[in-house]
Amino acid sequence: MGSETVRALKGVSFSVEAGEFVTIMGSSGSGKTTMLNILGCLDQPSDGDYLLDGVNVKQLSRNELARLRNRKIGFVFQSYNLLARTSALENTELPLLYNPGVSGKERQSRAVKALEAVKLGDRLHHLPNQLSGGQQQRVAIARALVNEPIMILADEATGNLDTRTSYEIMALLQELNQQGKTIVFVTHEPDIAAFSSRTVTLKDGKVVKDMKNPAVKSAKDALAALPVNDDY
Amino acid sequence: MMIIKYIPMNVLNLLQLAWRALLRNKLRAFLTMLGIIIGVGAVITMVAIGEGSKQSIRSQLSSMGSNMVTIRPSSNQTVGGGARLGASGLQTLKVTDAELLKKQATYLTAVSPAVSANGQVINSAKNWPTSIQGVSPEYLSIRDWKLKDGISFSDEDVKTSSKVCLLGQTVVDNIFDPGEDPIGKTIRFDKIPLKVIGVLEEKGENTFGQDQDDIILAPYTTVQKRILAIDFIQTIYASAIDENSSALATAEVTTLLRKAHKLQSGEDDDFTVRTQAELISTISSTSELLTVLLAAIAGISLVVGGIGIMNIMYVSVTERTKEIGLRMSIGARGLDILLQFLVEAILISITGGIIGVAFGLTASKLVSIFLSWPTLVSQSSIVLSFAVCAITGVFFGYYPAQKASRLDPIEALRYE
Repeated sequence: MGSETVRALKGVSFSVEAGEFVTIMGSSGSGKTTMLNILGCLDQPSDGDYLLDGVNVKQLSRNELARLRNRKIGFVFQSYNLLARTSALENTELPLLYNPGVSGKERQSRAVKALEAVKLGDRLHHLPNQLSGGQQQRVAIARALVNEPIMILADEATGNLDTRTSYEIMALLQELNQQGKTIVFVTHEPDIAAFSSRTVTLKDGKVVKDMKNPAVKSAKDALAALPVNDDY
Repeated sequence: MMIIKYIPMNVLNLLQLAWRALLRNKLRAFLTMLGIIIGVGAVITMVAIGEGSKQSIRSQLSSMGSNMVTIRPSSNQTVGGGARLGASGLQTLKVTDAELLKKQATYLTAVSPAVSANGQVINSAKNWPTSIQGVSPEYLSIRDWKLKDGISFSDEDVKTSSKVCLLGQTVVDNIFDPGEDPIGKTIRFDKIPLKVIGVLEEKGENTFGQDQDDIILAPYTTVQKRILAIDFIQTIYASAIDENSSALATAEVTTLLRKAHKLQSGEDDDFTVRTQAELISTISSTSELLTVLLAAIAGISLVVGGIGIMNIMYVSVTERTKEIGLRMSIGARGLDILLQFLVEAILISITGGIIGVAFGLTASKLVSIFLSWPTLVSQSSIVLSFAVCAITGVFFGYYPAQKASRLDPIEALRYE
């Protein structure tokens, strides 16, 4: 680690409203990762403010940040980050373990509900290595949903998946968005951004473009339009 | 609200989590436990061996009468060119001393004067060299000695110096034919005919290998007058009220006898008082040392086991960096992570401890069966080694757990 200070983000200012589906676009080195860390309360801005659900994150301690991540944010990672040799159900229950207000019974019933919401109700006791990539990512989404966060934060969530599975995941996210979930999706793939209602483009640490998507593509339609030739 | 904020995941969840983590690496968990298992097992077995030998020495000593106080004459004067007389030549103890102690000593329950003589005992064609001990009837209770057969002599027999005696088993075996009843027979000790009225229960050898059953007991007046022709006594045996009051009894006896013997404050005692308790404490402090040494060696292996746990926990923290990052990103606080790894370490050591206790109990049993060493599993060694291994878990588990809890979630998440 060098002692040189890198200003990964400079003068960035935007707000995300409840119920939006925002993609944050940018090539590598644009400050995407730093943006994601700040949005996810994993990091705090050295200057400026980040208000999450009206709370200024800047003044919070490590423990308070952890609590905020637990209650208000649901992470979905590129590499799924499921616990190995742990069933889908237990993986989904994980965030509730750190929420002392939730009893053991409630934990399980909420996890089952979350898995049903991502259409994995029949895979509760499968281990990650018994699931396909798309299914694993859906478990990760269920895990992000289970604590009923105000925002789902996805980091290149389709990066490891083929086109068809990517579209399936996007269709799922669109469906959740229609049910009222706020989703912030960080990606560098423009065709994924087409499924969101708004795109914020970063370049060299600055917002260069922030525009509403006039014609949101339906991931379901895109999925149907894919040629069905890979059934072997 | 503030309180709820700092409650970690509940204990059950933590245990469940730790248990699953161990099951994921069964062999590794077992090998890590092995250090603790061997440590705890060794402590319990070693202490059991030490305690067992202590107990067996103690019970041998107690067979001599554990509260026994022995008073013998000793020389306080020098004769001629400064040579002191040996105890056997001294005549400072009298029957009146014994009577005085019996009347006035509050820490003594029974008092018996004693004189002894060696000689040949004869029954028709058979004879055997042995010793005769002249005592009062109370001697049996002082030595905690029972009769196998017949009756004891009485105070009346003492008063009349009657020619009766009690035989030790060794004497019976040597001068009577097998199956022959000695009660009522008359034997001779150095030409003096004595009627056998009782047979003593077998006591076996004492700590020093002496056969305690090779003896004849008779009223002390009989031995004094008819065999030795003396008017002093050689020894006073007495019983302290209990093992703990031996020291008080000694002090009391000393005061009373000094007064009776009219000794000035500058003069040495003309008698010595010894208690069985002193002897027991001397010998058992030796075996105590042995126990401590054995336990110390075993304790070292427990520490080595603890270091094994620490090592594995460090490896585990590094291996699971990504998991730690994930847990932190979904809301685990440093404390939650710390507890997760700490509970895992404690679980390893406690599980190891439980298996170790079972192992130690089995090993102690095997030692006493196959090596026929006396073993005595003490509860305190179980409790102690168990406590030590719980502490070991906390102590050696804490640093790895703390390392885990201080990881930066961003770096941990990106760790490959």
